[in-house]
Amino acid sequence: MPQTRLPSPAELAGDKLTHLQRLEAESIHIIREVAAEFRNPVMLYSIGKDSSVMLHLTAKAFYPSKPPFPLLHVDTTWKFREMIAFRDETAKRVGMDLIVHTNEQGLREGISPFTHGSSTYTNIMKTDALKQALTQYKFDAAFGGARRDEEKSRAKERIFSFRTENHGWDPKNQRPELWNLYNARIRQGESIRVFPLSNWTELDIWQYILQENIPIVPLYFAAKRPVVERDGQLIMVDDDRLPLAKSEVPQERMVRFRTLGCYPLTAAIESPASTLHEIVYEMLLARTSERSGRLIDHDEAGSMEKKKREGYF
Amino acid sequence: MDALRADPAAFTDYLDRQQNKGLLRFLTCGSVDDGKSTLIGRLLYDTKLIFEDQLASLERDSRKHGTVGDDLDFALLVDGLEAEREQGITIDVAYRFFTTDKRKFIVADTPGHEQYTRNMATGASNADLAIILVDARKGVLTQTRRHSFIASLLGIRHVVLAVNKIDLVDHSQEVFGEVVAEYREFSAELGFASMVPIPISARFGDNVMERSPNMPWYEGPTLVEHLETVDVGAHGSGPLRFPVQWVNRPDLNFRGFSGTVASGTASVGDAVVVASSGRTSRIKSILTYDGERAQAGAGEAVTITLEDEVDISRGDVLAASNDRPEFSDQFSAHVLWMAQEKMIPGRTYLLKLGTRTVSASVTEIKHKVDVNTFQKLAAKTLDLNEVAVVNVSTQEPIAFEPYSSNHVMGGFIMIDRLTNLTVGVGMIDFGLRRATNIHWQPVEIDKEVRARLKNQKPVLLWFTGLSGAGKSTIANLVEKKLVAMNQHTYLLDGDNVRHGLNKDLGFTDADRVENLRRASEAGKLMVDAGLIVLASFISPFRAERRMTRELFAPGEYVEIFVDTPLHVAESRDPKGLYKRARQGQIKNFTGIDSPYETPESPEIILAAGVNSPDALADEVVHYLAGHGYI
Repeated sequence: MPQTRLPSPAELAGDKLTHLQRLEAESIHIIREVAAEFRNPVMLYSIGKDSSVMLHLTAKAFYPSKPPFPLLHVDTTWKFREMIAFRDETAKRVGMDLIVHTNEQGLREGISPFTHGSSTYTNIMKTDALKQALTQYKFDAAFGGARRDEEKSRAKERIFSFRTENHGWDPKNQRPELWNLYNARIRQGESIRVFPLSNWTELDIWQYILQENIPIVPLYFAAKRPVVERDGQLIMVDDDRLPLAKSEVPQERMVRFRTLGCYPLTAAIESPASTLHEIVYEMLLARTSERSGRLIDHDEAGSMEKKKREGYF
Repeated sequence: MDALRADPAAFTDYLDRQQNKGLLRFLTCGSVDDGKSTLIGRLLYDTKLIFEDQLASLERDSRKHGTVGDDLDFALLVDGLEAEREQGITIDVAYRFFTTDKRKFIVADTPGHEQYTRNMATGASNADLAIILVDARKGVLTQTRRHSFIASLLGIRHVVLAVNKIDLVDHSQEVFGEVVAEYREFSAELGFASMVPIPISARFGDNVMERSPNMPWYEGPTLVEHLETVDVGAHGSGPLRFPVQWVNRPDLNFRGFSGTVASGTASVGDAVVVASSGRTSRIKSILTYDGERAQAGAGEAVTITLEDEVDISRGDVLAASNDRPEFSDQFSAHVLWMAQEKMIPGRTYLLKLGTRTVSASVTEIKHKVDVNTFQKLAAKTLDLNEVAVVNVSTQEPIAFEPYSSNHVMGGFIMIDRLTNLTVGVGMIDFGLRRATNIHWQPVEIDKEVRARLKNQKPVLLWFTGLSGAGKSTIANLVEKKLVAMNQHTYLLDGDNVRHGLNKDLGFTDADRVENLRRASEAGKLMVDAGLIVLASFISPFRAERRMTRELFAPGEYVEIFVDTPLHVAESRDPKGLYKRARQGQIKNFTGIDSPYETPESPEIILAAGVNSPDALADEVVHYLAGHGYI
């Protein structure tokens, strides 16, 4: 029997974990801590690459058990079609329950990124919808895949980030967080947002996907896709709901996405990278940050902090 | 890069190198105007980690809030909160990531204001090195002392003194030298293992990444060179400690214990003990999603199964059965208070250590420490950002170790039961035995009576210092001189005690502590008998010396630091031990691969590398005469 066992990384690397092994272990520790300390946790599943990594780490954390909490997807109804297909496949593959929540009132009122502007739309269809779901299911902890290297207000956030009964964040009054000792104590109605990928960088995420062979939405790989150019950004025409100006004729271009969200709000980049290796290579040469493709971050200075205080993930 | 694209093998190799790079976590601290955020911005900029769109928004923000005229204000890049940008200060810790060819870095950018000390401690808790920034024009300030103290309190052993804005003092070597000398003087008692001073200009980049042409007199490393190469040692050495996080029960046939190895190595077949119940078993398997393992080392998150059905739940600690952690309901600790509401002894809080949460209270504040002057002060309560040495009592016994030997097993947070806020953080120094509560039968013949007969005041003279420092030689001479003066003495020698009283002990940290505890207790009995006791023990750790000191009434313990530089002690090497330690034949050898923590406030310091043993012995005798012992 012993000869069939794999040597530990410690044995292989002379007592030193690799960078990714260290990140992986830290994330697993955080994820387990939530399962052990909370009554009713949930994992926000956004279908993107970070969510894919978080889900993979979750499977590792509890193996051979199944993860003891469900997934929640806040569906704005404006996600790329390929994302929704991937979401349903994934939930089936990992055997976790998937809760899909949409702000029905917003839907009835016809809120869209075009009629109400990206800021109001995001507020109603994402932030409000998320708060509705958290309240409705009485979740006391919610995992998110945000990373500290993404944006400067994220760089300030704790791994266990306290939320008031109204899901608000008070950045000036965060609980001290020392070592890997997380304070999970809350009163009824309050909750904690948990960010197990806090210390990962974009490069780490891609390298880990490569190393672990983690399935991701095909939109991350370059392919010929119909796009229009708006304010210097390439927007994919994912369905016929995208209003086109007369001068706008969708063109087939070789594009891919560095980050995924609602299709009218997520810009593609021109790229020939159609394999993971090529994506990582391109990343290493990148001169713009991944969130530059997120139109909502540019609305106004400090916009992410403001959204987060109001309950955005 | 383009060569990599053409050659997939080279690219894979490049990626492997990326992830096999070491990681250094450090923090930066300094006050408002020392240029701390500017330095981090500079590091990110020079290592090309600022993207074009971030640069564009930096240019925008620089015009709006910037304080450096037309130049880019790097501080705006890192101060992430609106309130911070508006007020131009750092309120909370921010984490930044950058990479060079040699290492990856996580920087905790921490605030300097006293009111945000708790946020600095948050950043310091996971750091292995601290960059202390000083404005060359202002030199060492109160906050410099505070930041250094907090860093040392949280166990940081390596410091860079970055003397910033050197451009504003004409790149002067004299100014730099003065600041460094001033810093060295007060930081000596903080026990840093390394302190590297570097003159820099964060704004212009001098000696940050690139060597400065303006300071040809400076021959040390640039800041980045130092960060890339400094050896901060490894965490997680010592015997196996595995705090159980979550009991893994997918079905009735499987019962595993999930957690992260805090220290040591878990191997299949190893005998382990549950620290709380004392039940023992052997490791049957070590499971991960990626397959079974023969071993798991410190920092790895795994699931362990045991050969026997043992009752274990979250909060228990699996430990090496031949080297167990302390298990007690009382300990002494340093505490930093983090809440507006005062800490009051006797009040119960929740205490979380590892994966265990228990009710606990502070039974006594021994003294608080002024974080600016390091003075010890009496205190009844603690306010926000105050530090104190306290005794803690937990409702149930818990497994722990001194923070200095194991951060996971010795660091804890305190949580208010009503508000649920994290109100305090503590670092355990040593356990207090139950025996401290047993009341002694008073006897009519007491030590004063015995001492009076001998015409002396009993005292324990504790000689501490490196192996080969000359402790025993000096102690022997002191004893001879005292006996010649008709005093009643006894010499407890470290080596000799190990032949008898302590011959069952080895040299693990736990055994060393026990060795000293027994010696101290023996010394106490002899002091009680009225003797002048000379004890010579390397006693490298402050915690144990403190333990000894606290066994005695004030004046009954005199700490004598035999201060011999390592290279002198090593060149003497009377027993050939240094040579063997250098060859790796002896592990945990003080001064070589185990630290000697310099005494903070010994009663006597003997410059043993300079004066003759006889002269040094005279110094001790004079001290005893001068203080009324003889």
